[in-house]
Amino acid sequence: MNDPKELKPNENGKPAPGNVFLNESGRKTDKKEGWPRRIWSAVQIPVLAILSGLLLGAVFIVVTSANVYSAFGTGFGAGVREAFSTIASAYGALFEGAFGSPARIAEALRTGEKIERAFKPLFQSFVETTPYIFTGLALALGFRAGVFNIGGEGQIYIGAVLATLVGTTDLGIPPALHVLAAILLGVLGGAFWGFVPGWLKANAGSHEVINTIMMNYIALRLVEFLLTGPMTKAGSGGMPTSNNILDSARIPLVFPRPLTLHWGFFVAIAVAILAWFILFKTKWGFNLQIAGANKHAAKYAGLNVNVWMVLGMTLSGALAGLCGSVQVLGVTYSMGLGVSSGYGFDAISLALLANNNPLGCVLAALLFGFLKTGSRAMMSRTGIPLDIVSIIQAFILVFIAAPAIIRTVFRLRDESKGDSKVVSLSGLGGN
Amino acid sequence: MPPVLELKGITKRFPGVLANDHIDLRLNKGEILALLGENGAGKSTLMNILYGLYQPDEGNFFINGQPIEIHGPMDAIHAGIGMVHQHFMLIPVFSVTENVMLGEESVRMAGILDQESAAARISELADTYGLSLDPKALVRDLPVGLQQRVEIVKLLYRNANILIFDEPTAVLTPQEADDLFRVMKSLTDQGKSIIFITHKLREVLEYSDRIMVIRRGKVVGEALPSESDQASLAAMMVGRSVNIESDKAPCAPGEPVLKVSDLYVSDNTRTVTVHGLSFEIRAGEILGIAGVQGNGQTELEEAVTGMRDPDTGTIEFLGRTYSKLRPRRFVEAGGAHIPEDRQRDGLILSFSVEDNMMLCTYYKPPYSVNGVFDRGEIYENALELIERFDVRPPNPMNSVGNLSGGNQQKVIVARELSRENKLIVASQPTRGLDIGSIEYIHGQLVRQRDAGCAVLLISSELDEIMSLADRILVMYKGKAMCLVDRGQTTKERIGLYMAGVKDPAEKSEKREVLS
Amino acid sequence: MNMRSVTVESSIHARTLKVRDRVIGGVLIFFALLVYLAFAAAAAPETSSTFIMSRGGVVRGAMGDVVLPSRVVLTVVSVFLAVLGVALFAVGSRGRSGLFLLIGGAGLVFSFLVFVSFDKRINFASLFNSALTMSVPISLGALSGILCERSGITNIAVEGFMLVAAMVGSIVGSVTKNIWAGLLAAMAASCLLSLVHSWLSIRYKVNQVISGTVINIFSLGLTSYISSMYLQNIQALNKTPRFPTVSIPVLADIPFFGPVFFNNSLFVFGMIILVLIFNFLLFRTRWGLRLRAVGEHPKAADTLGVDVFKTRYVAVLLSGLIAGIGGAYFSLGSVGRFDEGMTAGKGFISLAAMIFGGWNPIPSFLAGVLFGFADALASAVSILGSPIPGQFINMLPYVITMVVLGGVVGKGVTGPASAGIPYEKE
Repeated sequence: MNDPKELKPNENGKPAPGNVFLNESGRKTDKKEGWPRRIWSAVQIPVLAILSGLLLGAVFIVVTSANVYSAFGTGFGAGVREAFSTIASAYGALFEGAFGSPARIAEALRTGEKIERAFKPLFQSFVETTPYIFTGLALALGFRAGVFNIGGEGQIYIGAVLATLVGTTDLGIPPALHVLAAILLGVLGGAFWGFVPGWLKANAGSHEVINTIMMNYIALRLVEFLLTGPMTKAGSGGMPTSNNILDSARIPLVFPRPLTLHWGFFVAIAVAILAWFILFKTKWGFNLQIAGANKHAAKYAGLNVNVWMVLGMTLSGALAGLCGSVQVLGVTYSMGLGVSSGYGFDAISLALLANNNPLGCVLAALLFGFLKTGSRAMMSRTGIPLDIVSIIQAFILVFIAAPAIIRTVFRLRDESKGDSKVVSLSGLGGN
Repeated sequence: MPPVLELKGITKRFPGVLANDHIDLRLNKGEILALLGENGAGKSTLMNILYGLYQPDEGNFFINGQPIEIHGPMDAIHAGIGMVHQHFMLIPVFSVTENVMLGEESVRMAGILDQESAAARISELADTYGLSLDPKALVRDLPVGLQQRVEIVKLLYRNANILIFDEPTAVLTPQEADDLFRVMKSLTDQGKSIIFITHKLREVLEYSDRIMVIRRGKVVGEALPSESDQASLAAMMVGRSVNIESDKAPCAPGEPVLKVSDLYVSDNTRTVTVHGLSFEIRAGEILGIAGVQGNGQTELEEAVTGMRDPDTGTIEFLGRTYSKLRPRRFVEAGGAHIPEDRQRDGLILSFSVEDNMMLCTYYKPPYSVNGVFDRGEIYENALELIERFDVRPPNPMNSVGNLSGGNQQKVIVARELSRENKLIVASQPTRGLDIGSIEYIHGQLVRQRDAGCAVLLISSELDEIMSLADRILVMYKGKAMCLVDRGQTTKERIGLYMAGVKDPAEKSEKREVLS
Repeated sequence: MNMRSVTVESSIHARTLKVRDRVIGGVLIFFALLVYLAFAAAAAPETSSTFIMSRGGVVRGAMGDVVLPSRVVLTVVSVFLAVLGVALFAVGSRGRSGLFLLIGGAGLVFSFLVFVSFDKRINFASLFNSALTMSVPISLGALSGILCERSGITNIAVEGFMLVAAMVGSIVGSVTKNIWAGLLAAMAASCLLSLVHSWLSIRYKVNQVISGTVINIFSLGLTSYISSMYLQNIQALNKTPRFPTVSIPVLADIPFFGPVFFNNSLFVFGMIILVLIFNFLLFRTRWGLRLRAVGEHPKAADTLGVDVFKTRYVAVLLSGLIAGIGGAYFSLGSVGRFDEGMTAGKGFISLAAMIFGGWNPIPSFLAGVLFGFADALASAVSILGSPIPGQFINMLPYVITMVVLGGVVGKGVTGPASAGIPYEKE
């Protein structure tokens, strides 16, 4: 009666703070406007958020650069020049590191020589994109189902360690089956790690955010134990690493080395398309979305809300587990504690950037992948630490989550009608 | 003597709506002024302006003849104005004392709370006005009637002289309502003045000293209870004489459709709210469930539509007895459900109109073939229903949250009535809607009845029950007070049953005991 | 409310209590069996466990070792637990089942300590002392979270606050060679981040978990960036003096208790004082009443003239300041330098402690000590060598939190009603 939580979802006739906005289904919202304007209004916030994030990243680089300060010591003009050249060299290296050098690519295409070297950065970016696609999908699907899966990290670890377990064991089965078996177990492990907090939310009403955080650390400790104990590499001297994945369990590369692109990338894109189709074009996706948007109405529509919420969380975990398996089997070929460099957390920004649309996740993942690959080149060439990418991503996430800031800065009209809420959340204790 | 409170020319515009249009109001000392109006007439807006929650676009306030400015609740409190909100502004996990003192805490040095002196003052106030309250009790442990008393004490604690009650009886049982009016009387006897907002004609006539009627943001008239009756007030409230007797065809009941026997249902707090109810509905009749809100109607609605499992008892629907009726089984068997809380249960506000239009049957053809949606069909279906049921604006892609309340309800009605139904369960189907939408929805329900559908109409609006139902069951504390043919009863009698008076002769005795 | 429903409700209440008693009774009997079968049975009759009761290097309050006959002690504990369990079944706990569970847990932990020190020596004093020390960031983080959440702002950014505070504390402490300047700078840095959190959640009504995530990502990126750009190369920037150890006169001389409780870093004493102060402020003052009101039902508070936004801003900023002290502990209190990712998830454990303590400062502090104890025990066990790997003991706080939150034992805990929901004025 006078419990504020009970009143919350539908005050004042505003859309409930559900996460879903069904106009993603590819149909035109308003037939009167021209398409360039429509596309612009759909992408303006993400695009401006990315640009602002890069801009603030540049400012950050300058502000923390000792060279710039010393240049300012010799004169204002010199300082400004140094600042701009710092940014130019950093972002130039970032760009070339991510896409490859335009000159080299042109040269390679013209002469047909050194093609591998020219395209290596681009394909490396695709490799880096792959885990982002999986985890982005995991988060997006969770958001659509009304759950906030902040436990991507743990699910990746569990997925990876189980895939490693299968991948390092000689099962005497053909390579294709061995890969599939390893991936399957990884996916199941991730799914279980998502199922537990989902089940607890549905049956005990405890908040999935806190439970997934706890599960992250449980996974970390468990993996630490496995990698220093039962699964440790012989002679690693207590370092937490596993044996190498057997050749039969490795995901094959698309091109011969040194190009590192593996088939996992295409699997990721296929999964994204499948997720998009199921989410927007089938009744099962609709079930998931109803359960996520309004659990009372979902019950009214004949669904068992708890089942779909748990399923959403489980699917989300499965995708994160898939991410872990593919990383181990296709990229690192052995398991260490660094198997996930924060993908589970980065995916939160990614999914929001993509407005929880699976195809949008692919685009956002490409951006993150390019940034990551580029930042390595930037670090080796200019000495700017690759952690700048985290900072840029944090800025992007701020602007996506608070579009009002972007609108104020760029003086845009607010065309959305209060639909920007991502998920409804109460405190960590209640549901 | 100047009036305690005077409002002159209060005007408030919301985007697209003129909520208050030059409203003048006078409140005299020691008076209970009833502010009568339909839902959406602008009563609550006016009171929220007076309480400082909204700022008026034009107009002035005077207290005892002195002009004052009100920019926020604090200004109102300082001016001696207090408000008992419809949804209580209480903190469940706080004690009565903490709730009352919040914002006006009694402190020792350095901001350290002095709960004892506050509690003593609360007990004193409670005694003065005949409100018994334990200052140490936690609010969440109190029943609704006592929670409302905490709200009143909160105002008295702040020395409020003008008390505004916003729909105070909506959540009360009849006894609690009687208690409330007794308290209101004792407040005015001691010099407080009261404005009491309602749309319930009976309460207005029985308990107020003066009546002011608001319609579409304007004051349309004043009346004294002694010189008015329900019909004249209702006419003033809706702007024309209301057709109490509807001109529907006589009912031709057929086979039983729904049979409920000895049903017991509990609410979320595991309190049994439906006590052994039995009734049946036949095809082609409307059974009206009348009763003050909170007498078990919600749980009954949920039980017969499969939203809630009954504790015991059987529900027989079209000859089949269901131990576990589920919403989907209910729909599949030919049931339609217009839920009480349309925004919570009946719609997904962030979804488009077309998606909401298929909410209960989206998993079946023509919407979904082998699990894959036929978006063209879904769109066409929505367009057709929008046209048939006059939903505005007529855009299937619009999100439902952007529609007005009346159009949201039309989306639900369109969806539910467009199926081949055997039974329609409609709970408070016209609450909060404008007259046009109300008439439209009433017409639709009667048309379904005439087409041979059974209708279970649950409403706390007595007029709605009287004009639509063929038979009436009055629920009081989860039990059936009576089950009668519409033609063989009067509104007066039903009203008494709703108040818990089993035999109308009891009524006068009870009055005597009270006075 | 009529009499019938009152009696129905009280009988439901009584029934859940009874179920609860039986569950906990079962748990105690299980503990008893575990202690007997797994621990006592493993001891030979002449096996002894030695507890060292003094901290190494601490002279004041030193006392001799305690040597226990393992098998006898374990059998006694087992019987004791079994009797408690049976008593719960037969008589019931009269509503104090939590106490029974606590005793049971303590008995189990004690038996485990006896078990790992079969024919070995375990330093009891150091174990408890490091539990207290390790609880500093957890308890302060929990207090930070409590202030924030009690005002209605969900705070998962404690980790980020502490990480940045640890780095800034180290840099300023190294440059100024002044621990107090370092502490103040750490608090200021953390407060600045909390300003961002409050600004995003209150002004822009950003989903508070997302706002917290932004801060965590940003903090990790920022500290790693600065660390690899400057701190790893330039020693002068990352070598700070540390807060001294202080012993309290007289009390420090009490055998065992002196070295454990009264001979500690200033951070430990500061933490206890802060917890007591904020407990008083939250529950006994006008400020605290308003803060809690705003977290439960902001609209009610607003209509009574409490400034919801201001109250929340103040609470979040205070939360930042306290997390800043917790963060400073890592560099200024513990190791004297900043390492990348040195908070290692303590910010998240502190949220667990907050929940475990039911959003109340003193119980959350005790939960923090318990979680600190798990850490201390894990490292003690890994030194002694035991069949249970340290990682599993490390996991306990997380598992316990999930169990408590899920209400597996009794009713699930719930926090402030409006935490996480942005307040919108009409």
